[in-house]
Formats: sequence, C-alpha cells, structure tokens
Amino acid sequence: MALPQRATAVLTLRDAGVRLGGRWIWRDVDLDVPAGEFVAILGPNGAGKSTLLKAILGLQPLAEGRLTVLGSPVRRGDRTIGYLPQRRSFDSDLRIRGLDLVRLGLDGARWGFPLPFGNAEAMRQVHAVVERVGASAYAHRPIGELSGGEQQRLLIAEALIAQPRLLLLDEPLESLDISNQRAISALVLDICRDRDVAVLLVAHDVNPILSYLDRVVYVAGGHAVSGPPSEVITTETLSRLYGVPIEVLHASDGRLVVVGQPEVASFHGHEH
Amino acid sequence: MPAVDVWGQLQQLFAYHFMVNALLAGTIVAVSAGTIGWFMVLRGQSFAGHTLSQVGFPGAAGAALVGVNPGLGLLVFCVAGALGIAALGDRRSVERRFEAAGIGSILAFALALGFLFARLYQGFVGGVQAILFGTFLGISDAQVEVLLASSVVAVLMIGVLARPLLFASVDPDTAAARGVPVRVLSVAFLLVLGVGVAEAAQITGTLLVFALLVAPAATAQQLTVRPSLSVALSVLVALLVTWVGLAVAFWSGLPVGFWVTTIAFALYLGARGLRASGVVRG
Repeated sequence: MALPQRATAVLTLRDAGVRLGGRWIWRDVDLDVPAGEFVAILGPNGAGKSTLLKAILGLQPLAEGRLTVLGSPVRRGDRTIGYLPQRRSFDSDLRIRGLDLVRLGLDGARWGFPLPFGNAEAMRQVHAVVERVGASAYAHRPIGELSGGEQQRLLIAEALIAQPRLLLLDEPLESLDISNQRAISALVLDICRDRDVAVLLVAHDVNPILSYLDRVVYVAGGHAVSGPPSEVITTETLSRLYGVPIEVLHASDGRLVVVGQPEVASFHGHEH
Repeated sequence: MPAVDVWGQLQQLFAYHFMVNALLAGTIVAVSAGTIGWFMVLRGQSFAGHTLSQVGFPGAAGAALVGVNPGLGLLVFCVAGALGIAALGDRRSVERRFEAAGIGSILAFALALGFLFARLYQGFVGGVQAILFGTFLGISDAQVEVLLASSVVAVLMIGVLARPLLFASVDPDTAAARGVPVRVLSVAFLLVLGVGVAEAAQITGTLLVFALLVAPAATAQQLTVRPSLSVALSVLVALLVTWVGLAVAFWSGLPVGFWVTTIAFALYLGARGLRASGVVRG
C-alpha cells in the first residue's frame, strides 16, 4: 500500500515472520511506521499481536525477514523503545511508590544501587514525566494501592522517561472503565503528537481510539495488513485476511463492529 | 527509686567470650538478613526462604553426624537447596503456582532427612533443639569468621544487583525488555537467599529464621515506601531484634529463638498498628 513516507521510518518490517512451536505465527509482514504516528495493532486473541511487540523489542527472534528500529537491527534493551507490557495489576501489598516505579524506567537496568549524588537530577526527570502524564497527585503513594487508571498513567510515565522514539503499549486500555479508556487514549495521542513519538498500541477493541489512529495493523490468520483504518477495517480486507466471510458494521455512533471473526486458539498468547 | 545497674549488667554481658561471639555473630547476621530479607519480602518469595531454612536442618544435622561444623553443613545445604528451587521453574512459578507442589515436596523431604540424620546420631537430642530453635552458646571464633566472610559476599552481591533486582522484582516484563537478565537475577538472588538463610539459622535456628528474614523487612515496608530508607530500616530492626533478643536471653535464661522471634513479631505488629492508625502514612 503506497503511503506517503516521511523521512524517518522509526520502525520497518520487511517480509518478517515468526515461528513458535513449529508453526508460523505470522509471516510476510511488511510495515513502515514514521515518527509521530499513532498505530493500533488489532486482531483476535492468539493472532500474535504481543509477539509482534516482542519481536520489535528483540525478545522474540524473527524466523525470516528483517526488522529495523531507527534504521538499526533490533537489540534487547534498546532505550529508544518504551514498553508497557500486557499486565495484571500490581499486588495490593507491593510497597513501592509510583515514583520509584517511574525511576526504574530511567536507570533500573543499571547495576549497583542509586547513590545520593546524581539523585536530584534523576528525581527532577521523574517528577517532570509524572507531571506530564497527570499523575503528580498520587505518584508518591504505594503503587499497589492505586486504581487501574492511575497505575496505567504511571506505567506510561515509566515507559516514557527515557525519551523513547517508539512507544509499544500492550493492551493499555484493557480492564479500564470507559472514562479511563478515553483519558488514557487522549494522553497517548497527546504524547504521540507532542513528542513526535511513534506509538504502537495493541487493542482488543478499536473503537475508543478509532478517531485518533493514523494507521492500523490487523494481525490475523498468520498474516498482517496495515493501512488507514478506513481501508483495513472493511468487509473486503478482513474477509481476505481471515479467509472466511467477515462483516464490518458501522453503528450509528460511528463505532465499528466486526462480525464473524474466528478466535484463534491461543497457545502462545497471554502468559501470566 | 530502685536503681537498675544497667552499666553493670552490660559489663557482665560482655565479660563472657561466648556472649561477645554471639553478639558479633548476631550483628553480622542481622545486617545480611535485613538486606536479603527485604528483597525476599518484596519478591513474595517467603515460602522459598522458609523451604531453604528447612533444607538447612538436615545440613546441620548431617554435618554433626559426620563430625563437620554444623554451620558449614547449613551453608552447603541451603545453597544446594537454592539451586534446587531455581531448577524447578522460572521466577513466577517458583513464587506462585509451582511452589505449593514443587517447593513443598523439597520442604517435606528436607525435614525427613534431618530427622533421619538426628536419629542416626545417638545422643544428639539437645543438638537437634539447637538446630531447630537456635542457641547463642558455643559460637566459635572460626564460626564468626565464616559468618563475616559469607555475609560480606552476600551483601556485596545484593549491592551490585540492587537496582536491576528491584526492577526485575517489581516489573519483570519491562525489565526484560530493557535488557535486564531477569532469569539470571532470580537464580542469583535465590543463591544469596540461601546464604542469608544459612546465616540467620545459626542464631534463630532453622525453624525461626523468619524472625530475622521476614519480620524486620515486613516491619520496614509497613513504615516507609522509600526503597533505600526501607532497606536501612530493615537492617536497623534486625539489629535491634538480635541485640535485645540476645541480651534478654542471657539475663532471663530463656531460649534466644523465643526472644528474637517475639520481639520481631511485636515490632511488626507495632508497625502495622502505626500504619493502621494513620501515624505513619503510605
């Protein structure tokens, strides 16, 4: 699909494929994500959406094809990528402040322990990013005692503090109520535009973010298609992707309903 | 007012070489147990710690049986036990699902083995009690030196691992994406925990190691949510528990394991009370 290319492709996949347990999860995947684009990754459970994020993080090697981030091959621990894993919530008795969690995103991978000097600059950055995501009011409280929406904001701050160029969010809207889904989506869009960060957001339901999206990647049936939502989430494209008849219905409020999509049996999907 | 001769009592305490050794050993143990225990509580691996302490029982009893220093037997068995637990599964399974079956069966087998060794060693009844419930009698100079060496190694390890270990404990998936070797860290921590348990067991006995490994850390985590302060507080509580416990045991003639455990439990309840009553925020 010919889309106008901006100079900096943050993420590029060419003929990429992943095999797990002797079967292809997906293959022949081509994707270009320019800086500052808001992209949703959609598809049924077990289609390999999380696997795609893990491949980008270098946690899941490709069986074929090529994957580059900012023009370089992927490597584990790349600080230009911010990641929010698919999540259970934190244990309620976890006695760590939100601030400490956010701080881990800055220097948590470094050996040793934080020394008193140099702390002030780090904490200034922590407070700045906490302010940015609107979590200042509760970031000093134990993370386990916070609500799902509050935890999600702090996790976004944790992913954001190292100033990544690419933000990978694995179902950040899951298990949030409608108003929190709206607020978190708006925050992500804001960060995306404001900081020119490319966002890949895995979602189960496209509707809360539909109006924000530059592009969707639909993963299903061992393949993926990408393009503007209006071109991808259609009866024709999805039927071709799944290989079975799919119907996309337009509700009167603008919401999309995909009817007839088979759920793939999940053997690799959600590891908890 | 009847004057209590505190100074005289303290002088009496330090007049005995075995008591000086007990206090030295207790101090060394408290520092490492307070540090290691803090991460154990944070990671929710108390059951693994409990199992390691029970693995120490046949270690100490077996060492006595073959005429080796029981402290060495403890250390060897606890470290081997840590490797065993590490081999059973990854961190999450060690902690949660697997633990009931896998770790539990190690625990039962360890107790049975300890019982066998104690039975084979006729006339070891008093020794068994010391292994299970602790003693401050007869800690030799050599034992203090071994404790010091292993404690320095364990605390240095924690110092080096601290930040990525915190990351891997709190948010393992993000840590892994950031290049933190989560699996290696969890095995390394189990090994350090094995050392910490083997040390604590020499003061409290294998059944009561929680007094030094869990209670101080849990108390500290009730009182503050700042990680560095919390670790420091955990060490402080462990020191307090050990010193007061040893002194009271000396004067009262009642077992040190009882006192250390009781004081630790009282402090934990007090900290819970302070937090519940809103005196301590967080």
